[in-house]
Amino acid sequence: MTTASPVAPTTASAPSTIHRWTPVSRTASGALAALLLVLAFAPLVFTPEVTAKLTTLFVLVIVAAMWNALAGYAGLVSVGQQGFIGLGAYGVFLFVDRGVNPFVAVVLSALLAGAVAVPTSLLAFRLTGGQFAIGMWAIAEFFRLVVVNTPSLGGGSGRSLTDLSATDPAVRQAQVYWLALALMSALLLAVFVLLRSRLGASLEAIRDDPVGAASVGVRVASAKRLVFVLAAVGGAAAGGLTLANTLRVQPDSIFGVHWSAYMIFMVVIGGLGTFEGPIIGAIVFFLVQDWFGANGGTWYLIGLGALAIGMTLWMPHGLWGTVARRRDLELLPVGYRVKPPVV
Amino acid sequence: MNWINAIVQGVMLGGVYALFACGLSLMFGVMRTVNLSHGDLAVLGAFLVAVLAAAVGISPFFAVLLVLPVMGLVGVALQRGILSKALRTGEMSSMLATFGLAIVLQNVLLEIFSADSRSLDVGSLSSAGLQLGSSVSIPYLGLLTVAVAVALLGGLQLLLARTGIGRAIRATAADADTAELVGIDSRRVYAWAAAIAVATAGLAGAFFAMRSSFSPSMGPTQLLFAFEVVVIGGLGSLWGTLAGGMVLGIAQTVGAQVDPRFSIVAGHAVFLAVLAFRPQGLLGMRRSRT
Repeated sequence: MTTASPVAPTTASAPSTIHRWTPVSRTASGALAALLLVLAFAPLVFTPEVTAKLTTLFVLVIVAAMWNALAGYAGLVSVGQQGFIGLGAYGVFLFVDRGVNPFVAVVLSALLAGAVAVPTSLLAFRLTGGQFAIGMWAIAEFFRLVVVNTPSLGGGSGRSLTDLSATDPAVRQAQVYWLALALMSALLLAVFVLLRSRLGASLEAIRDDPVGAASVGVRVASAKRLVFVLAAVGGAAAGGLTLANTLRVQPDSIFGVHWSAYMIFMVVIGGLGTFEGPIIGAIVFFLVQDWFGANGGTWYLIGLGALAIGMTLWMPHGLWGTVARRRDLELLPVGYRVKPPVV
Repeated sequence: MNWINAIVQGVMLGGVYALFACGLSLMFGVMRTVNLSHGDLAVLGAFLVAVLAAAVGISPFFAVLLVLPVMGLVGVALQRGILSKALRTGEMSSMLATFGLAIVLQNVLLEIFSADSRSLDVGSLSSAGLQLGSSVSIPYLGLLTVAVAVALLGGLQLLLARTGIGRAIRATAADADTAELVGIDSRRVYAWAAAIAVATAGLAGAFFAMRSSFSPSMGPTQLLFAFEVVVIGGLGSLWGTLAGGMVLGIAQTVGAQVDPRFSIVAGHAVFLAVLAFRPQGLLGMRRSRT
């Protein structure tokens, strides 16, 4: 995302300056931080129904941001991230059954999924491009079938999180909301910091040309693996939060490939490979889902699919990407800008 | 004897999987892209055959022959309408677009035909078989499927190796830009490859529908199996695709023999084992490391 405007041959001694922040991005980042802070007070103002909906939105933002980090920055398109979402949800039971507090269990389960992602990457990284995409799907199916065949996890019919049913619903809903807000903020911050680090530049180099990146000394595999593990942790956090929010999980829905459809849709709508795009895509998707109902039937899905095709073909940079390019905007700066010297 | 029977059934099942994988493998080999709507196109083929056979009152086998050219045209439309534009911006776009198409196809079929599963009636052929001993029987339909798979993959091999269009396809697969320089119209080659790939997907869907019940939602699973076959068999090898189909089919039926719940898991496990220990596939060429 380095925006290098053509630099006129310098006649004076004043050098070009490289900087990250602009007045616009300072204001926007500050506003976002303030917004997150204000959102923390939502359970005190709104009804549990509203905070439950916002929790769903936060889960969508998490999975969209994670998928974007994978596909948009590391060039790893996966249609199997639901595998980690499912592991994250079912991992909660592993800890809860040993007496761990359910909210702590959500966090631990996300970290556990990150640990599972390391050996998974050893297998999955043997595939590239479209093969990696479906290979991840096969791995996600493998995870699902392992869960379905484990009786203590409820098998095919799923399992309920009874440990939280005892608490007052309003209190529980607020707690889940705060956890979701905290995890979303932490994960977005992690992606932001990652992309601004030296690794961020490596990742974009890998996405654009893996062989070229390797030839100039970028450690391709380890950079990809780091993002893969982060995306697994994020997906699993989303799964754990979904369980805490709905109190019940079924393998066919938590491991369902529709998650991949949603992630792809949000990121493609918002703008692949931009930091802001997936957040905007998640909000758009959340509103659409709210209007049509969560399972709005076949016509709703036909519309989503057709829109994904249309956006990919005619608006490949998505809503935010298109605006940002035209206006040269970056609200949350992850790249560098070159400012030509004032002559 | 049950184990021998399981292996025999696995070979028959493998014939269908090899048919499914054939088009996916061809499209990947030529266009370097994975068509994520492959499974749903196969289901579309199955429904077209079912509707045609019922409406005109002809045998499903005859209906297949009529549906194949239609599926070929669907392939050309896919290439001209979506892939040619998406491929220009890179592999990622074509994956996203075909994933979108998969969702659209599956839900349009759901809307038209409902979620009920149905089957393609092939009369007495569906149950008749060659009885060997007390517990092993070789169904004629399975034999026919394997024969068609062998003929199709062999025919495709001959087409690629011996004919002008085959040469053009191989040249385009190796390097589309250079092929253009020597006068090959890559648009035409891509259209041919897509037509063949989608037609074979339809054929696979029809044979699947003859041996077991089918519904609009089975596309993604078939895509997964087809993909596993391609990886197990090895990329760029059509005979590898046949072998991969057999291996996946046998893994599933032998897994089911151990415990019916293990059928699909066993298939995935073999796929993962191949990835771990022989990533180039059973008959594939060793790929250069990147």
